[in-house]
Amino acid sequence: MSSDQFFGLYNYWIVVFLMMTGFYIVIARKNMIKTVIGLNIFQVSVVLLYITMGKVTGGTAPVIPPALAGQHDAHDQHDTHAAPSGHTPAANATAANETVDHGHADHVTELAHELAHELTHDATGDAIHGVTETAGVIYTNPLPSVLMLTAIVVGIATTAVALSLIVRISEDYGTIEEDEILQMDRRQ
Amino acid sequence: MFVSVSILTLLAVTAIAIARMRDLWAAVMFTGIFSFLGASWMLILDAPDVAFTEAAVGAGISTFLMLGTLALAGKKEKPTTASPIVPLLVVGITGAALVYGTLDMPHFGDPAAPVQTRIEPGFVEKSQHDMHGLPNVVTALLASYRGYDTLGETAVIFTAGIAVLMILRRDPEDCDHRVTQKSASTEKKGRSS
Amino acid sequence: MNSFPIIRVVSKLIIPYILLFGLYVQFHGDFGPGGGFQAGVILASALILYGLVFGLPAVQEVAPPRVIEKLIALGVLIYAGTGIATTLIGRTHDGGQVPANFLDYEALNHDVLHGFLPHGQHLGIFLVEFGVGITVTAVMTMIFYCFAGRSRLFNEKASA
Repeated sequence: MSSDQFFGLYNYWIVVFLMMTGFYIVIARKNMIKTVIGLNIFQVSVVLLYITMGKVTGGTAPVIPPALAGQHDAHDQHDTHAAPSGHTPAANATAANETVDHGHADHVTELAHELAHELTHDATGDAIHGVTETAGVIYTNPLPSVLMLTAIVVGIATTAVALSLIVRISEDYGTIEEDEILQMDRRQ
Repeated sequence: MFVSVSILTLLAVTAIAIARMRDLWAAVMFTGIFSFLGASWMLILDAPDVAFTEAAVGAGISTFLMLGTLALAGKKEKPTTASPIVPLLVVGITGAALVYGTLDMPHFGDPAAPVQTRIEPGFVEKSQHDMHGLPNVVTALLASYRGYDTLGETAVIFTAGIAVLMILRRDPEDCDHRVTQKSASTEKKGRSS
Repeated sequence: MNSFPIIRVVSKLIIPYILLFGLYVQFHGDFGPGGGFQAGVILASALILYGLVFGLPAVQEVAPPRVIEKLIALGVLIYAGTGIATTLIGRTHDGGQVPANFLDYEALNHDVLHGFLPHGQHLGIFLVEFGVGITVTAVMTMIFYCFAGRSRLFNEKASA
């Protein structure tokens, strides 16, 4: 394990750790509010996983300043011209990535990545074409942000329904411990 | 790098603290802190919109809702007698499988990752042309390219709101406090809730 | 919370700014981070803060549950209505009107006060985010009303 690999995957491991903590709370604890808290932690960790995947080194938030946007409009003609020529090497590079034997050592994959970089560099001059790039600025992928934005809001909606069910259960049973509720049900 | 690692470590520590805590009130407060730390890290990862939402929803509304539930359903968690060995084993095996799965993942911030290369041209470039210079690509993507998604999601929130209303409201006037107050004062007796 | 003057005064001072910030986030969502979801949550949190400090009856004078109830549905209606409007209006193609897709905002192009009023994609995103904002605000506020309406704490405060 190289240090490069360690720092490249460190985020994922922390996310997996958080996910498992949430999972542990859900399956080990009998208190219903604690279960909802566990689910919340799980949800945040999933959100972090997606956001981590969308990040590009040296990128910035996908908000394009109007000044840069205007510049881009001027270059519009050039970009549409460059797009097809840039596409083929990038596709070749990804194909090369795929054909690498997965059982093989890591440096093969690294080589493929380097190849991808070189090819894309050749295609567009000084910019990496695979990354969304406008007017010399690299932008982080906005798609994971959008997906997670909606996930968070749906998450709070379902949490609210779960909590309101807990309130009703505690009113009828006088407790929110799962095993006690189960006992009460069996006695009836 | 340093900020990122310290935030991640704090996230892990907070998660463990929540798992070990018996006092539900403190656990809810720590969940709020957890969400806030998560939001800070999302900000570092260039997702200000998500960080914003997480801070407002996770640390704000969700904490408030849980505190409200605690006020209605009791603050203390009963100490469990069951041994934590089986859950720990399950979690350990699942976690190990997931970590093994991450070994094939593209490294953090890799510009050649499939996420970055598969949509061609990327939404940032495409939106500049389609949206006539709308600066925030996330909003454009959310409301325009993925408009169906967001419509469905708004419908989910709508449904959740209606569900909460149906679960917690005893009669049509119950959530309207002014009406119950008036009836209580005219009948000269307190509400029995 | 009648016995906490500092909390009362401070929240009275900051609630207008929270509301203002919520509106800023709502209408500035196309330009900076923000949008309907965040704005809805912020607006609702201002109402919830008001309710926590001054009691449920006070906040229900400001935002009556009957109105909030209707707003929950109104937001979704605005969103879906925008989509239906685009299909009905249709888009200009080769000089003639052709039917547009659901939520195809190009149909909303117009020439009234060009450069001042938003049109096309901008108008569509604006309307859609507005609908989302209304629904989220209303749902969060309604959830607060329901939880607070259940609490003995609030019922006692209401009679105080």
